[in-house]
Amino acid sequence: MDFTYDDEQVALRDAVRGLVGKTYSDHEHRRQTVNDEPGFDEKQWARMAEMGILGLPFAEADGGVGAGPVEIGIVAQEMGRVIAPEPFLTCVVLAGGLVSAAGSAEQREEILGAVAEGERVLALAHDEPGRGWVSTASAVTAAEQGGTWTLEGVKEPVVQGARADTLVVTAALPDGGTGLFLVDGDAADLRRDSYRTYDGGRAAKVTFSGTAATPLGEVADREATVATILDVGRITAANEALGSMETALRLTTDYLKSRKQFGVTLNTFQALTFRAADMYVSLELASSMVQWATMVLMSGDAEAASDAARRTALQVSRAARHVGQEAIQLHGGIGVTAEYAVGNHVARLTALDHLLGDGTHHLGGLVSRIGDHEGVDPLR
Amino acid sequence: MQLELSEEDRAFREEMRDFFTTKVPEEIRDAVKDGQELSKEQIVASQQALNAAGLAVPHWPEQYGGRGWSDLRRHLWNEEMQRAFVPAPLAFNTSMIGPVLAQFGSEELKERFMAPTANLDVWWSQGFSEPDAGSDLASLRTTAVRDGDDWIVNGQKTWTTLGQYGDWIFTLVRTNPDVKKQAGISMLLIDMTSPGLEVRPIELIDGGHEVNEVWFSDVRVPGANLVGEVDGGWTIAKFLLGNERVGVAPVAATKRNLALAKDRYAERVAADPLLAARVAELENELLALELTALRVVAHSEGGEPHPASSVLKLKGTELQQAVSELAVDLAGPASLASGADDGSALPGFARRATPTYLNLRKASIYGGSNEVQRQIISKTILGL
Repeated sequence: MDFTYDDEQVALRDAVRGLVGKTYSDHEHRRQTVNDEPGFDEKQWARMAEMGILGLPFAEADGGVGAGPVEIGIVAQEMGRVIAPEPFLTCVVLAGGLVSAAGSAEQREEILGAVAEGERVLALAHDEPGRGWVSTASAVTAAEQGGTWTLEGVKEPVVQGARADTLVVTAALPDGGTGLFLVDGDAADLRRDSYRTYDGGRAAKVTFSGTAATPLGEVADREATVATILDVGRITAANEALGSMETALRLTTDYLKSRKQFGVTLNTFQALTFRAADMYVSLELASSMVQWATMVLMSGDAEAASDAARRTALQVSRAARHVGQEAIQLHGGIGVTAEYAVGNHVARLTALDHLLGDGTHHLGGLVSRIGDHEGVDPLR
Repeated sequence: MQLELSEEDRAFREEMRDFFTTKVPEEIRDAVKDGQELSKEQIVASQQALNAAGLAVPHWPEQYGGRGWSDLRRHLWNEEMQRAFVPAPLAFNTSMIGPVLAQFGSEELKERFMAPTANLDVWWSQGFSEPDAGSDLASLRTTAVRDGDDWIVNGQKTWTTLGQYGDWIFTLVRTNPDVKKQAGISMLLIDMTSPGLEVRPIELIDGGHEVNEVWFSDVRVPGANLVGEVDGGWTIAKFLLGNERVGVAPVAATKRNLALAKDRYAERVAADPLLAARVAELENELLALELTALRVVAHSEGGEPHPASSVLKLKGTELQQAVSELAVDLAGPASLASGADDGSALPGFARRATPTYLNLRKASIYGGSNEVQRQIISKTILGL
């Protein structure tokens, strides 16, 4: 049992912190970046590719680095610390993860190699209006004629759906089940309506109208694969939220020590310092759970990872709301301004909470299994 | 990072599990399981069974019966003990005065007390708190004045847990009124059969007799019973309270109690999604707490305590209380029957749910109240 990073992991963390932290520790720079299209910095994306970050999870044969969940978690935490807007989670972990899991050897090499090089941005087109946080597709349907596949229907919201060079799409198969398809960003009969999201990102309504699509790997029901990658995404999102919560708490304690009211600094008031102490408690408990889930992911046991993802998502959802809401309250008015960082952290935490299932959703999953076990034992 | 225990640690855990579930009398473990108040004889018998196997004081220096275990093994020992419903060794003996004597006691005191303390042949009480010195312990007023080689002690201690069973009491007393309040305190060991010492029970809201007042009227204490230096008591108190905080998050016992409640009321939990949600949330928070304890354990191998250790007391007692509250809610109207005897048609665990819940309100108060913990976090960790 070991909760610490090894030397290589520490080196990776320091390198990522150097690159990502340096770029966005100036919050004004981050603000300008998210105001310009496409909501992130293409040059920063290229620097991340150079550092090897964009190919981290992919096999070496596919042009990646072959790193594990701990390394992915480290990158996500460092990005969360400065709320870096680059689409690491959605492009590399989710969409890239599906290509890695389901694609043919040729597809993996071509697509993942290009992702790792920073030359191709992927988006996962999975969410459908009226449905949330499931691992199946129904509103977008796939049809085959003469060996050619086409898609019909609407996906929304698709994070970075307009910027993406390639869409990884889930669709209902003619014989039932959920298939995976690739759609070129330039495809005819593809419509992408982009808009801003409150966390500084971009999302799109993506409409398929007989749009040509390429099956990702063999055509088959891929629900289990989708579910597994969504769980990986949940644990990655939890890592990102952890980094963001740490910053939100640090900004808050810095503020309490420096801001004067009634002639004294705010940390003179015990009511405020006790609330900060409770934020710390939430953060540490969430941190323990995130580290655990990341290690469970390493084990490669999909069922265990699913349970860990659910439990961690619940804990982090509760913690992120507590830490985020208190961070703003303890700052006072400046906490709700866009020009100051802390409110933007809360916005990003809220987005992470709702991307892949919030606390109440995951609690429902736990309740349905409440009689299956005597207690929960983390040690193996 | 790695989640798995080593093969050796896993074997160690098995060994502990096997011992606790087979070598401690079953009637004692059943009494713990049902939430019954244990008799003095049961507590002594259980600790002596542990001590005979070298399992009562594994964290002590090895010359006094310690085992030189890693922090992880101590953690596994504690978890398995709680999981098997084995009463923990008496904390006053094993976590408080034992380590203090080993660290600060004279050779004479060590020779006289270490072995009987480990074996619970001497039952120790703790004499720290006073009516005007609770969380603000340094404000204590009980005095000890020199009379030749002896000390004459006058004053009053309170919240003396299980003081009715105590053979000896370790006390903090004021030996110098003329210096800063922390600087004038000493630690004395006092025989509870001494003339002038009187133990008076305090009745609590759970109906039990757990705590007492201890009064001192011109109690004569031999000079050799001083621990450490004259006026050096504050250092010892801090050492002792630091030990107290470490073991105070009863994760395994709380987990075990939640599992029992879930099992005993399985039908109600299955039928009521709100109850099921409370169970699921508590299971999740307990998991997060257990993982935090493991992080602290893994980290402390290096020496310095992990900052997250201050979370353990605060959150550990909150969850302990929340699980006891759930047990009362699950018991429903049966929880009113606290005074019924075994002729009752209601199960024992339901009848004892509320006294346990009321009793456990103490958990967020003792060992440094949870407000004191928040103060520690905000001051020493967050720098506020």
